Amino acid sequence: MTGIVDKAEEKLDRPLGQRNDPRARKVSRASKAKEKLTSPGATFAAIVIAVIWTIPTFGLLVSSFRTPEEIRTNGWWNMFVSPSFTLENYADVLTTQGASSANLGSYFVNSLIISIPAALFPIILATMAAYAFAWIKFKGSGAIFVLIFALQIVPLQMALIPLLQIFSGVLGISGTFPAVWIAHTIFGLPLTIFLMHNFISEIPGEVIEAARVDGANHTQIFFRIIIPLSLPALASIGIFQFLWVWNDLLVALVFSGGTADVAPLTQRLAELVGNFGRNQERLPAAAFISLVIPLIVFFSLQRYFVRGLLAGSTKG
Amino acid sequence: MRGLAPFWSDLFEKFGLMLLGLAAFAAVIGIILFLADRAPKKGRDVWQLLAFVAPALVLLAVGLIYPAVRTTLLAFYDRTGDEFVGLNNFVWMFTQPDIVQTLINTLIWVALVPTLSTIIGLAYAVFIDKSKGEKVLKSLVFMPMAISFVGAGIIWRFMYEFREVGFAEQIGLLNQIIVWFGGQPQQFLVNSPWNTFFLIVVMVWIQTGFAMVLLSAAIKGVPVEIIEAARLDGANAWQQFRNVTIPGIRGTLVVVVTTISIATLKVFDIVRSMTGGNFDTSVVANEMYTQAFNRNEFGYGSALAVILFLMVLPIVVYNVRVMRKQKEIR
Repeated sequence: MTGIVDKAEEKLDRPLGQRNDPRARKVSRASKAKEKLTSPGATFAAIVIAVIWTIPTFGLLVSSFRTPEEIRTNGWWNMFVSPSFTLENYADVLTTQGASSANLGSYFVNSLIISIPAALFPIILATMAAYAFAWIKFKGSGAIFVLIFALQIVPLQMALIPLLQIFSGVLGISGTFPAVWIAHTIFGLPLTIFLMHNFISEIPGEVIEAARVDGANHTQIFFRIIIPLSLPALASIGIFQFLWVWNDLLVALVFSGGTADVAPLTQRLAELVGNFGRNQERLPAAAFISLVIPLIVFFSLQRYFVRGLLAGSTKG
Repeated sequence: MRGLAPFWSDLFEKFGLMLLGLAAFAAVIGIILFLADRAPKKGRDVWQLLAFVAPALVLLAVGLIYPAVRTTLLAFYDRTGDEFVGLNNFVWMFTQPDIVQTLINTLIWVALVPTLSTIIGLAYAVFIDKSKGEKVLKSLVFMPMAISFVGAGIIWRFMYEFREVGFAEQIGLLNQIIVWFGGQPQQFLVNSPWNTFFLIVVMVWIQTGFAMVLLSAAIKGVPVEIIEAARLDGANAWQQFRNVTIPGIRGTLVVVVTTISIATLKVFDIVRSMTGGNFDTSVVANEMYTQAFNRNEFGYGSALAVILFLMVLPIVVYNVRVMRKQKEIR
């Protein structure tokens, strides 16, 4: 497989999937130039913004380690005067069972069960469709592709009511995991097809031509060339779709049925925050449980995350 | 810690279901591609083409195109979808004070969020450009982008939390700061019309990072030579920024503003989780959900969805036109 990658990259004269490479070169040149555009005032302003942007999250993190009594009666900044530390809140929201408890353990599992397939399905289907649009010539190819691109402007809200009617009336799967998977897959397809098409159409034609001459058909080309070459793009777009699904509330509210059997964390959090007075000691820990996966993904895979973001917005 | 056993069995059951789902998906795709691979020589190309595009196209047709058309039709029918009512749902929308307030709120959102996020994001990107620790500073402001709107809602609920004076200590930082300076604590999320602005702050907090990352990349893409030339011509920092950087990143600015505008028009989670749309804070996307799924008013809900679409449409058209123009220039 690496042979193909090498060949393709040789043709492109740069690593595949790194469109922004020329930009990176400029950066290093710019830093060499070392202009002093930044004044002390600007630096100060930047630090003020950074602090303001960080404090809300930081405060909630501190709160989550305080005792319920403390959370109810005074602010998190008192932590610096009278330090305390407990994991009680996390244990409470994760493992306590019962009707009135947060029961986040189950919802956390649900979030995973929803997000993994809902990230994989659309990127696989999108890669297949994108290959067809990029490398199989057929009548109407351009028109259909533009139509798919245009579908991005249709707000989710336009599709909710009829799709729910299809799920509950025709398929009878409303309130199950497959319903949520399918809904997320459909809503993710227009953007993922568009992004994968951008990437796959960049693969040098010679590589694919060579395979065709060797007698490979579309299926073989897809598995032997397209998939291995697309892995970086698949990773970026997959991560993006995963986070989108993980953080979604609307689709979950409409299609998951809202019970601990299927509904994700976001839905439970929205319920808990709806009764703020009663749940305030649970909320900091609960919120952080829902944030932990996105934050891990964000900090460990920031490069892919940013690349996905740049690809998604500078084009679409 | 009691009752963990059901949790584990539940866990295995759900993961089992997920694996089953993944396997079923893989099997379906596998069979489709296998059959296409083995299709009779005659017409094999057509079969293979269908195998690649049909799954996505069928899903989009059934799950997005048909529903969007149907929602548009439903907007002209009554709550059950049986009786044609003409423009009544839209008349209702523009005569009901609550809903008019909702529409006005949405306009306030879409006027403020893109503007503020872009200005702050751009300023921040310029301030930290080429500074020490740029990466860390970027991460700090960008981080809210990775977390959910609901999570952000909770974070800010605590910032805004209000306690009666003399009754208890403040636990919300903002009110505590007001108290420290000798002011009266405020019910940020209850007092209309300012509560809408405090919800908008949350969205700005999230979107600024997005604007900053994109604009930062664009700023670094402005050729150093041009900036150097401007500097040699005696342009000061502001003039360089105004006359060289801004024109150089115009395309990205348009993308940032339009993308945030569209996200703002669709904002739902923040309003839902922070005020539930009460106290005059509702927006179109939230009202659409309330009407359709809490009150079973499918006609009203559909009409609101159509309005949302009509609000998004001009922004997208503008975006596409600017993109086109830029491509021509290149």
